[in-house]
Amino acid sequence: MSEQPEPIKKVSLIVSKGSLVDVYPALVMGNGARMEGMDASIFFTFFGLGALIKKTQDNLKVATVGNPAMNMAMPMLKMPITMPFPTLLGAIPGVSNFATWMMKNEMENLDIPTVPEFLEMFTDAGGEVFACKLAMDMFKLTMDDLCDQVSSVLTVGEFYERSAGASIIFT
Amino acid sequence: MTTKEIAGLSVEVDGEGYLTDHTVWNPEIAAALAKEEGIDPLTERHLEVIEFMRKEYDEKGAAPSIRRLNKLNVVPTKELYELFPGGPAKKAAKIGGLGKPQGCI
Repeated sequence: MSEQPEPIKKVSLIVSKGSLVDVYPALVMGNGARMEGMDASIFFTFFGLGALIKKTQDNLKVATVGNPAMNMAMPMLKMPITMPFPTLLGAIPGVSNFATWMMKNEMENLDIPTVPEFLEMFTDAGGEVFACKLAMDMFKLTMDDLCDQVSSVLTVGEFYERSAGASIIFT
Repeated sequence: MTTKEIAGLSVEVDGEGYLTDHTVWNPEIAAALAKEEGIDPLTERHLEVIEFMRKEYDEKGAAPSIRRLNKLNVVPTKELYELFPGGPAKKAAKIGGLGKPQGCI
């Protein structure tokens, strides 16, 4: 008989990019970890910080340029999933806004909260949200710029200390 | 599927201990299932949440999400996690005699 693998008890997620689709996976995974009774934290760094800034967090966009898998979104427009979406089309003004609007609608239909609400749900669930010190300095941000869900600004060293015993997942 | 003795009744449960027929549920079964999940005693407040979930399950065929329970002011998310520590959606569904929640949120 093979031994049962040890269940995961703690996850530390890292978000380093700031488009809507870069941020959601970590929120879903982090919240899902709490739903399974695991400890969970999310560390936002570089452009990922946009999800925590009060002035920008509800305006994250879907990137429509340079994504060769944009055809995946075609069924939302009742078109075949194999239909290509040339990157040049994505550069036309308004296309990213439209794709973002469409994605947000789809999310709401699936009972997935907006980014600000999701952060609130995650912290209410006992998850912790951290911001990266280096990225904060680089983007000239202070704690006042960030939403209330952020519990602290951490250096990389502090992030690793707090992640003791966790599975670290870079999204 | 196996048969299990819960609160003096013989009921069918699936491989993970969820009741396969939610109509056989009663508060005594809930209390016994809660004990197994480490929740003892099962309070009025627990039952309030569970009974709302069961009502929605009957009406819609699926238990409400944590988000929905919060939005409808049934129970705030923070309190839900305190009531059912270590996995509120799953534990509340199990104690409430409902199937394992299928959603990711």
